[in-house]
Amino acid sequence: MTETEVDVVQQLEAAVAEGPAALQRFVAATEFPHVRGRSVTFLFCGEAQEVTLHHWIHGLPGSLPFRRIHHTDCWVLQIDLPPKSRMEYKLGVAMFGRGTLIRDPLNRHTARDPFGANSVVYGEGYAPPDWTVEDPEARKGTIEDRHVDSPVFGDWRPIRVYRPARFRESRRYPLLVVHDGFDYLSFANLQTVLDNLIHRLELPPLVAILTQSPDRMHEYAADPRHADFLVKDLVPQMERLLPLVPQPSARALLGASFGAVASLSTAWRHPGYFGKLLLQSGSFVFTEIGDHDRGPVFDPVVKFVNEFRRAPGRPSESVFVSCGVYESLIYYNRSLVPLLQETGMQVRFREANDGHNWENWRDRLREGLSWLFPGPLWLVYE
Amino acid sequence: MLSSAILLGPQRHVPIVREAVAALVARDDRRPLAAVTAGWEERESEDQELREHVQRPVVNLEVWGRVERIFERDRDLLLAMRERHDRLRAVQELYRLRLGGLIEPMRELMRRAGDEALLAPEREDAMAMVKVLDEQHQRRVAAIHAEFEDRHRPGERAAVQRERRDLQRWLASSSCLLVAGGHVSVLLHRLRLFDLFGLYGDRPVIAWSAGAMVLTERIVLFHDDPPQGSAHAEVMEAGFGLVRGLVALPHARHRLQTGDAERVQLMAQRFAPAVCALLDKGARLDWRAGRWQPAPGTRQLTTAGGTAEVGT
Repeated sequence: MTETEVDVVQQLEAAVAEGPAALQRFVAATEFPHVRGRSVTFLFCGEAQEVTLHHWIHGLPGSLPFRRIHHTDCWVLQIDLPPKSRMEYKLGVAMFGRGTLIRDPLNRHTARDPFGANSVVYGEGYAPPDWTVEDPEARKGTIEDRHVDSPVFGDWRPIRVYRPARFRESRRYPLLVVHDGFDYLSFANLQTVLDNLIHRLELPPLVAILTQSPDRMHEYAADPRHADFLVKDLVPQMERLLPLVPQPSARALLGASFGAVASLSTAWRHPGYFGKLLLQSGSFVFTEIGDHDRGPVFDPVVKFVNEFRRAPGRPSESVFVSCGVYESLIYYNRSLVPLLQETGMQVRFREANDGHNWENWRDRLREGLSWLFPGPLWLVYE
Repeated sequence: MLSSAILLGPQRHVPIVREAVAALVARDDRRPLAAVTAGWEERESEDQELREHVQRPVVNLEVWGRVERIFERDRDLLLAMRERHDRLRAVQELYRLRLGGLIEPMRELMRRAGDEALLAPEREDAMAMVKVLDEQHQRRVAAIHAEFEDRHRPGERAAVQRERRDLQRWLASSSCLLVAGGHVSVLLHRLRLFDLFGLYGDRPVIAWSAGAMVLTERIVLFHDDPPQGSAHAEVMEAGFGLVRGLVALPHARHRLQTGDAERVQLMAQRFAPAVCALLDKGARLDWRAGRWQPAPGTRQLTTAGGTAEVGT
């Protein structure tokens, strides 16, 4: 523990000793969580019998206990957080034997996901990238709600179509098909990211089809019907509807978690159809021996990944893989990379000091998308 | 070389073309302004904002569209230009490879502290090697163009000549030539195909962003923070050389890290004695009788590693 790190706790203890007014002044004047170097200090002030930090960092105990300062209602916890990290968390506050998970009342930073929102602490040197926030100078693309008929599934599926700013029917655009696309819009600012990267010429103008499965835990789990749906239903209908470049090199699949499994599984079942893959924190669980311990929903995933590892073929031309080092999936993603390289595909792998969450996936989009679809940055000066 | 021209920064948010036109064209001159928006490629005809802004008649020369029409009629020329494009890309990549090997040590030498008596000559020689490489590249690109001209004689092809005659007519009846930005390579090569400045002659030109780049002697591509690949500025090729002594750097505020003294110093020294002019919005440089007259606030990179108003 460095001198500075000791200091903030010592100052806190001194303020507590001085009384409530001094403590109030100190807390108002100090940002919590307090980040210095690799050390983060969390503070909770309130009635509780026990306070714990709940996070999703693989390798650390899932629940870290706070220490009560003297006999007050102030609770403190210091942990190590490497530079440029993001950590999402909640506080567990126990009273009369009942625990509640809450967001950190002293932390203004939150990260949303389909289940609600978590508090988030930024390690030293991390700031949300400027290309993830709305740029008033960037021309805006449009989002249109549509649906696509699916003979494969025997129903129809809602989709959203992103058209870039200054879209023209007379031009032909590359296609990005996004798994969990509605969630990417809501939790990873996908529209803003695309608008900004296209405005900055880091991406060429492209069309994105945002899909959202009604049953992702089954359909994205390497379900062959899903692969057929994309190749036989979705893309042909989109190519009739929109001015798209009808070539594999201009088609990409994007997905995170099970969405990454769905992307790889689709490319594997229809090799060469999608020229580019962007796989984020893929749930690529496999077994070398025996059974897996991730529950029955992973059964088809493990079956697929095991088969893929035996006979990967050459699913695509280029693949960008990213994963957070705080995810349990990092092992599986790291294991996948050399296998992908052996297929002859162009492979780029990026690790981040982050977990299995939407802002991690958002923050990797610039590098992944601009590598798969390089924009005319160097040649266009408008 | 032109007698009078005005170079401007990007015109999307704070257009000042109208003021520039007023400086070069008499108020009662009723002849239209000729506009080149070929750098916008397939959006070439979307010039309504420009027309509304200048408040004078504008004839869009449709340079991009004319070349597309030529390609439809002259398939051989299309294939030849594609082949040249591939060769230019290949030679640029080879240059980039060598450039990285020179720039990184150069930067390391600039960072090093120690015995200046030892370091200074090393820095000087390292910079000289970068300059030599830039010149070699520019010559190689010029050789590719010369070979293309010799083999394919684009100016003598019927489809090109037909469009040239039409362009000449429009240019003759215009009061001033406006050259907008966009894709600098597309703009340069399509203007060159028609020898448009040869047709136009020594008359006033107003150009911005990529349009300004193509008027200069040397086109430099740059971005200090690209999402992929090297961030070393690259010479693309020679421009038309109609104005002298200046490297045009449009959108510098977004593309250059002007607070990074080492980067600034390297770029300014590398292209010296040419002035590295920052063509941000509002910037304006008037070229009159072989001299630059900058508008207040128009800045340049300095060899000391900072920025200063042009000419100070």
